[in-house]
Amino acid sequence: MATALSNAALRAALYRMLLMRRAEEEVIDLATNHENEIRGHYHVYIGQESSGLGACLALGPDDYVWTTHRNHGHVIARGGEPGPVIAEVIGRTNGYNKGRGGTFHVIAKHLGILQTSGIVGGCVPMAVGAAFSIKTRKTDQVSLVFFGDGVLEEGAFHEAINMASLWKLPVIFMCENNSVPPEGREQGQYPSSSLAATQLIDVPNAMNIESHIVDGSDIRAVAPLLSDLVVRARNGEGPFFVESRLTRWPGNMGAFPELIGGPYQIGWVWDPSTADAALQSWLTDSDPIALFARALVEEGVMSKAEVEADDAKASAEAADAKAFALSGPIPEPESAMDYIFA
Amino acid sequence: MSQERFIDSLRDGISEEMRADPRVIIFGEDVAVGGAFGVTGGLADEFGDKRVINTPISEDTIMGMAVGASIAGKRPIVEIMFMDFMTLAMSQLVNHAAKLHFMSGGQLDVPMVVRVQQGAQGGWGSQHSQSLEAWFAHVPGLKVVAPGNAADAKLMIRAAIQDDSPVIFIEHRGLYFKTDPDDLPVNDIKGFHEARVVRQGSDVTIVSYSRMVADALVAAEMLGAKGISAEVIDLRSLVPIDMPTLIDSVQKTSRLLIAHEAVMQGGLGAEIAAQVQREAFDYLDAPIERVGAPFVPVPASLALEKEFVPDPAKIVAAVKRMFGRD
Repeated sequence: MATALSNAALRAALYRMLLMRRAEEEVIDLATNHENEIRGHYHVYIGQESSGLGACLALGPDDYVWTTHRNHGHVIARGGEPGPVIAEVIGRTNGYNKGRGGTFHVIAKHLGILQTSGIVGGCVPMAVGAAFSIKTRKTDQVSLVFFGDGVLEEGAFHEAINMASLWKLPVIFMCENNSVPPEGREQGQYPSSSLAATQLIDVPNAMNIESHIVDGSDIRAVAPLLSDLVVRARNGEGPFFVESRLTRWPGNMGAFPELIGGPYQIGWVWDPSTADAALQSWLTDSDPIALFARALVEEGVMSKAEVEADDAKASAEAADAKAFALSGPIPEPESAMDYIFA
Repeated sequence: MSQERFIDSLRDGISEEMRADPRVIIFGEDVAVGGAFGVTGGLADEFGDKRVINTPISEDTIMGMAVGASIAGKRPIVEIMFMDFMTLAMSQLVNHAAKLHFMSGGQLDVPMVVRVQQGAQGGWGSQHSQSLEAWFAHVPGLKVVAPGNAADAKLMIRAAIQDDSPVIFIEHRGLYFKTDPDDLPVNDIKGFHEARVVRQGSDVTIVSYSRMVADALVAAEMLGAKGISAEVIDLRSLVPIDMPTLIDSVQKTSRLLIAHEAVMQGGLGAEIAAQVQREAFDYLDAPIERVGAPFVPVPASLALEKEFVPDPAKIVAAVKRMFGRD
């Protein structure tokens, strides 16, 4: 499985993950250090980059992607530019949705990202509907929907996976369970805290949906599994359910994201003991970037210096993206009534 | 004028659009065998089970699938059996269908139609009789229409299917098996969202929609016998409302009554009254009156249902109040 991606592709994947991370740091910066840019609640994708990128790498350009309140990383993983993403987060007209979506609803039709819903489970029925459209149009597209583990508590999820299974639709349910401690990411028994089922996959299994558990923090586990499932979904073998197990970034524990110990230092990757105590075990066992970068260096795919150079480049690209966003026009008040009807 | 029953005219309109556009599909419970009242009867025979799709009893996901399919290349028609069951599909309709065009900054269109029937008729009780159109009229991004006759059923379902925004298409089950009166003026209508003056008058304007238009016409005849000339307007479209037609009429008659079957409290009549008094206050010779159901769940007993549902006599009584007569 380790040979699924070429060395160049592995390096590009790490770069994309670094860009996702650095762009989210700019979002946090805008929320904490800039007055009135982000006044409401927002969520970031830090610590889950491997899962979203591993899934998006498996998709083709015509496939559909649906996501959640934690969407910024998914959009960038799918190839979205961080500038229009951040511009959307702060409500500028150079954002993907011209400022009408905001942090919860970045939509990029040209990337097949058709809806980003702040309603828990909201995208699951739509992803199934799009898969129905695909099947009746007889194209080989796939509809992939990201969501969190809480979605399994919503009724719409159960309705939607039932229909997907009844009609054998080309949809992949990508459940990113970020509530798993490191020891629980390995395949096997792991109970969920707020679902009566012993494991999340017991639910889709009961609907006769082939289900998989993967260590979501390992992009080289996620990417080949999803590549296989996407090919099989194109061949009419869907739907599929994937529980991508992730360990929550310590900065996501409070009401608002917090950069504990300041922005991510690439040196922490090589020596977690130099980071804040609250981050050390996460950096050692769970941070997708640290795990991937250390592995690439150990395997000789990249040198430490190359990782550090790529990180500096990603940081600069994210800083440029924030500048692009801040330079964007604020919507004209008289345009407030635009886009009510088609 | 149409010799067809409402239900057949409606089905014809759907068939014509399905023939014209292969993207049009129907999702709903039992729709392949006609649906709850037979509106979709025979469509599965002509168009097959890939276009007339029986779904599980999962209203929220039926609605959500239609949203997803509509932004991924289809033009779905959803049938929700009873207006009361719309409560189960509100998240997908209100949070997604209504807002996707807006939230995406115009990137996406949601060309879908939600067909739903309502009305207190025949003792179906509190969970199968509610008229809830005002809920949807309160949500920016949804168009809401309610045809009041068979000819409009076809005209308006075709326009709804062709529209690129989500349309709530409200059918009254008391109309399904009725044909239109011979003298119904249907040929003068120009637009999907245009109100129609169905009876000319000079003393009072009665605005209604859906099944209550027929009651308004009966009431107008009763009022005529008492020397009051009533103009009757079929609103047809509840979002958007054709205010110019209403204002023109009120400027002529100087009195307005709005009649609907939904409960009066928080109903569409309140919105119409507010808009008309703002636009035409100087023309009004009497307070605007409303006729609607009392603020109580729909009763099952036929005796109580008769008390609940507005009728021509209640419209006549309200108009007489406006003229200071009892």
